[in-house]
Amino acid sequence: MATEAHGEATGLTFHPMDQFIVKPLFGDGPVHWYTPTNVTLWMAVVALGIIALLVLGTRGRAIVPSRSQSIAELAYGMVHKMIEDIAGKEGLKYFPYIMTLFMFIVFSNFAGLLPKAFTVTSHIAVTGVLAFAVFFTVTAIGFIKNGAHFLDLFWVRSAPLAIRPVLAVIEVISYFVRPVSHSIRLAGNMIAGHAVIKVFAGFAGIAAVAPVSIIAVVGMYAFEILVAFIQAYVFTILTCVYLKDALHPSH
Amino acid sequence: MFSLLQEAATHAAEHTEDAAAAVAQHGDAAAHGAEAAGHAAEASTGLPQLDLSSFPNQIFWLVVTILVLYWVLSKIALPRIAAVISDRQGAITGDLMAAEEFKQKAKEAEAAYDKALADARSEAQKIVAANRADIQKELDEAIAKADAEIAARTAESEKRLAEIRESAAADATTVARDVTAELVRSFGGDVDQGAVDKVVDQRMKGAVQ
Amino acid sequence: MEGNIGELGQYIGVGLTAIGMGGAAIGVGNVAGNFLSGALRNPSAAAGQTATLFIGMAFAEALGIFSFLVALLLMFAV
Repeated sequence: MATEAHGEATGLTFHPMDQFIVKPLFGDGPVHWYTPTNVTLWMAVVALGIIALLVLGTRGRAIVPSRSQSIAELAYGMVHKMIEDIAGKEGLKYFPYIMTLFMFIVFSNFAGLLPKAFTVTSHIAVTGVLAFAVFFTVTAIGFIKNGAHFLDLFWVRSAPLAIRPVLAVIEVISYFVRPVSHSIRLAGNMIAGHAVIKVFAGFAGIAAVAPVSIIAVVGMYAFEILVAFIQAYVFTILTCVYLKDALHPSH
Repeated sequence: MFSLLQEAATHAAEHTEDAAAAVAQHGDAAAHGAEAAGHAAEASTGLPQLDLSSFPNQIFWLVVTILVLYWVLSKIALPRIAAVISDRQGAITGDLMAAEEFKQKAKEAEAAYDKALADARSEAQKIVAANRADIQKELDEAIAKADAEIAARTAESEKRLAEIRESAAADATTVARDVTAELVRSFGGDVDQGAVDKVVDQRMKGAVQ
Repeated sequence: MEGNIGELGQYIGVGLTAIGMGGAAIGVGNVAGNFLSGALRNPSAAAGQTATLFIGMAFAEALGIFSFLVALLLMFAV
């Protein structure tokens, strides 16, 4: 609404959020749960990209790795080390799940940076499902592994007895805010970056500011490449931190 | 939370349509108004992320993708990468161990070489000493032999010298006797051979000795 | 659209909410700056703390992202 009003005044049209619209791939019908949409297309691209890197890239099984095999091993080693460092040896049991999350997010973020692409991780529905899946899995693991001792997470024994109930309330709230912040952080970063690029690109309509706008888009794009990786890394590392809390709940 | 959002969304949708209608009523840009209305209808809430009607679709495809990826990663990709990495680790450890073994062997060979060198040196020393001893012995023997020979020869010469001296003395006595006897005779005396001999011998004793 | 006092309030609110992002920027800068000053004093310990750095930055950033979300909701969903 605001953008349209602005557009009327200057002759520019800004629709920075249009890139996030979920559209059916074929025709113009309503979006049912099974409709193949651009979400489907880009998730397929992401899945094929991951399979190409991790399965086709490593099919040589070479002792001296090829380029794609090195990248696959680098990603493997990074996530493996992250889990081992933060959650400990027991955390390695959940390595395939965390690796799947990391690869999916990092590929979605980078695929979203391609021109004309659709960023699946910019949707709260997607990141929310990922974050809540982590939240419920981790909570379940915590209760299964530690039983009622899992509640020690909220009862800070190192603090004086008098302020423990207050801390417990804060801990419980922060525990339940986790999936929200976990998902909003990723989606928010993606929305913000792409929208800012779109807004700068919109200014290119005025010839006088077009060069500045193009330089700004290039700068933002470089920044977004960094953000795309860092957000995937942060999502994964926070998953490891939550997993550590579930495996070793006492502070 | 979702119900709240839903409420907000419908509220916003009404709001948008109102706004679009207002623009259309304004009449200054009918075409633009229609476009805006179409745009508003397309994204019913304004923010596509909050368009709840697309949520089931996204969640369905996300779950499908994640399940496929999880299956592929846990069954194919990750075991393969783990195997490759552990293979490499094994190869590196094996190579390192082999290198260590070779190093050990080299060290042993060096020690053996040193030992052989020392042995050879001591052997040579021994041989030199033995040779020296042999030579010394031979030399000693030869010296002893030579000494003995020299002694023998000296003894022999002395013997012969003694013989010669003795025979010379005997000769001198005979000559002296003969000369004395002859002298006595020429003086016309009667020669008593026995007495002459006695006298000459007495004289000779003193002369010769 | 013009002259709608409600819209005016809405946009002012959105702008005010966006200030919250500045707080997140200060927070993230604080985290990174303190990490850097610590890392320069003891570079050998820095490598092990990058994970902590990113976790701290993520927590600081999350609150800014919340204000961004509120701004988006005010802008489009209210």
